[in-house]
Amino acid sequence: MNHDPTATSQKRRVVLGVRDVGDMDAPELPSESIPLNMGPSHPAMHGTVRMVLDVEGEKISNVDIQIGYLHRCFEKEAEHATYTQIFPYTDRLNYISPMLNNVGYAMAVEKLLGIDKKIPERAQYIRVIVGEMARISDHMTCLGAGAMELGAFTAFLYMLKAREWIWELLEEVSGARLTHSYMRIGGVSADLTEGFMPRLRDILTKSRVVLADVDKLLTRNRIFRDRMDGIGIFNKEDCAAWGVTGPVGRSAGLAYDVRKDHPYLVYDRLDFDVPIGSVGDNFDRYAVRVEEMNQSMRILEQAMDQIADGPVLVNDPRIVLPAKSETYNSIEAMIAHFKIIMDGIRVPAGEVYSFTEGGNGELGFYIVADGTGRPWKCRVRPPCVPAVALLEKILPGLFIADVVPTFGMINMIGGECDR
Amino acid sequence: MHMWETIKGSFEYGHPGFTGLSALIKIVYLMLAFGPGLASILTWMERRQSSLMQDRLGPNRANIGRFKAWGITHFLADALKFMVKEDFVPVKAHKFLFALAPVLALAPALIVAAIIPFGAPLCWGHLTEIVPTGTCGQAVDLQIARLDVGILFYFAISSLSVYGATLAGWSSYNKWAMMGGLRASSQMMSYEVTMGMAVLSMFLIYGTLEPGAMVAQQGYWPWQWGIWGIPTALSFFLFLTAAIAETKRTPFDIPEGEPEIIGYFVEYSGLRFGMFFLGEFIEIVFSSALMVTIFLGGWHLPFLDGLADRVPNIAFVLITHGAWIVKVFLFTGFQLLIRWSLPRFRSDQLMQLGWQRLLPVSIANVLITAGWILYSR
Repeated sequence: MNHDPTATSQKRRVVLGVRDVGDMDAPELPSESIPLNMGPSHPAMHGTVRMVLDVEGEKISNVDIQIGYLHRCFEKEAEHATYTQIFPYTDRLNYISPMLNNVGYAMAVEKLLGIDKKIPERAQYIRVIVGEMARISDHMTCLGAGAMELGAFTAFLYMLKAREWIWELLEEVSGARLTHSYMRIGGVSADLTEGFMPRLRDILTKSRVVLADVDKLLTRNRIFRDRMDGIGIFNKEDCAAWGVTGPVGRSAGLAYDVRKDHPYLVYDRLDFDVPIGSVGDNFDRYAVRVEEMNQSMRILEQAMDQIADGPVLVNDPRIVLPAKSETYNSIEAMIAHFKIIMDGIRVPAGEVYSFTEGGNGELGFYIVADGTGRPWKCRVRPPCVPAVALLEKILPGLFIADVVPTFGMINMIGGECDR
Repeated sequence: MHMWETIKGSFEYGHPGFTGLSALIKIVYLMLAFGPGLASILTWMERRQSSLMQDRLGPNRANIGRFKAWGITHFLADALKFMVKEDFVPVKAHKFLFALAPVLALAPALIVAAIIPFGAPLCWGHLTEIVPTGTCGQAVDLQIARLDVGILFYFAISSLSVYGATLAGWSSYNKWAMMGGLRASSQMMSYEVTMGMAVLSMFLIYGTLEPGAMVAQQGYWPWQWGIWGIPTALSFFLFLTAAIAETKRTPFDIPEGEPEIIGYFVEYSGLRFGMFFLGEFIEIVFSSALMVTIFLGGWHLPFLDGLADRVPNIAFVLITHGAWIVKVFLFTGFQLLIRWSLPRFRSDQLMQLGWQRLLPVSIANVLITAGWILYSR
């Protein structure tokens, strides 16, 4: 049979039409974008946040992050509570490091009262100690949960084991495992328990071992690095413009740490470094947090060496409740107790913005006082909101699977974000 | 009386009745008792073993009266829970395929057991006598089907389980499940290629596809097993990697990936979910059994050469079967260890690993093995 190849190719050409074959790469398969609800009840969306993703295949083309599912009216409730009664509410802001919220709020009210320079030194050291313990537990929870969401369950449980030691000690000091309410305006509610220092030193030793274990499991793990490196890059300019602070901002190179730049309590007497990232990706955020835990341990050791005996509350009957023995045995103390409990601590009219370094960055309290025992306005600047907002810019172009580590390393805490 | 003799005659060695009955007994034992039984224990072992790795207690509470046994009975509690839970079917789900998918996930996992030799051949009629290897006239293989296609049968059947995952994802009418199904199909098909290539070099070395013959070629001494030798150790590693990807476990649990897309079985509950769950563990059992067969000497009890010449046939068979069980059990334990040590890949990284790393290595392995065999002849 006479076979003419040109005839076949001619025929094929008619069928297919003229194609441009200059680009030899495989063309992207045509795909339609579909909306996909991630959350509010999604395992990766801790603290209930909802992400409405537009995905093409598994690639995210657009994202709408909706926060507020954990809104509990902190600010409105605070207007109806006395200054002392607000402490339990602050426990529930960033609920993986409640002590730091306690410290931030107490310092704001003290600034309004004008007693921020009169807080006994021992109380200041105690605040630093319990605050840094809370920071370590905060970072352990964040990194552990982040690792678990990538499938590294063992690292998560190692971290939580170490966090549990810290929380047991905080429970011993404050009486509550999570809802410490340990701070008081003018100091702390009680002195450290006996044997606190040796136990804390012991915990630091054991925690270093745990951190080394987790480091072996994760830091040079190829799979872990592939999931973290170069994913979710925040740049310094964006962080500065959006107000992203804390480990997220520092990972992007924004060298801002309230403890260093605006020292409060006794941080100016303690020697510690502020780790700064260079890329701003998920791995940098992981590495910054790991190093911050090491620095917090350094701070704790120095604070334990420097702390001296002394009172833990200011000596001012208008602010501090009288001792229980006096309350029950003298009429004056009974009246003072009654007035502070019922009317609250009288804070002179004025407004204040006080900020401390929370677990996630600059934790600010803006309080307007009207001269009564209750704030006229109590506003929180939650450090994770700007980071969550910035996510809308970071996520498009990534895969659905990348949402998990990126969101995890932001450490968005529902209680703090939604208040 | 004559009829009775006929029936009795058909159950003598070599007659259809005997063959059928012995096959049935082997099927019931391996596919209904051993596989699901060990898989059930694995559901407990996975949690208990991981808890030991993670410095916590793990499940240790379930008991029957005072019988506690470290909580092994947790799998019974699980089974009971699966049975009494609401059988939820999404309103818009494709009812038939939704019901079919768990079956398609579970059945292939069981069927692949057919080719696996689980003990030395039984010598019918000479059970209590000493029967040296290869001298038995009435051997009953402890293997359900002695197929010449052997391992290929394993691949043919195990690749069917892709349908279970894909159809479950598609029929659930849920975008997350759909993604899980798509991920499952792409992953399982990709890794089957590597799996096949990895075992191809073993075919070249053994010169057979039949698992029973492979076991016979491996000796009693551990250094005579398939895993020793550079090409075979590489094959073992590749096969193990691909097998974990096939069973969809961490670090390859992308189709499930709980915190990402929850998985293709997100809409399943009760016994239907239980079937997926059990199917996964049965896959682990039999993929371990296959690896033990090809690479770890099958039912050979290490260091006891010439045992067949010393003990009665039935004792020899039971000992070798016991050795096989122990090997499979330890190997499943090893597979569980991997899960609790590594994080999970991303789907595109997984594809890259499969197609750009493992596949070229496995092809090179085949070529090197072929060249080596050619040279050594």
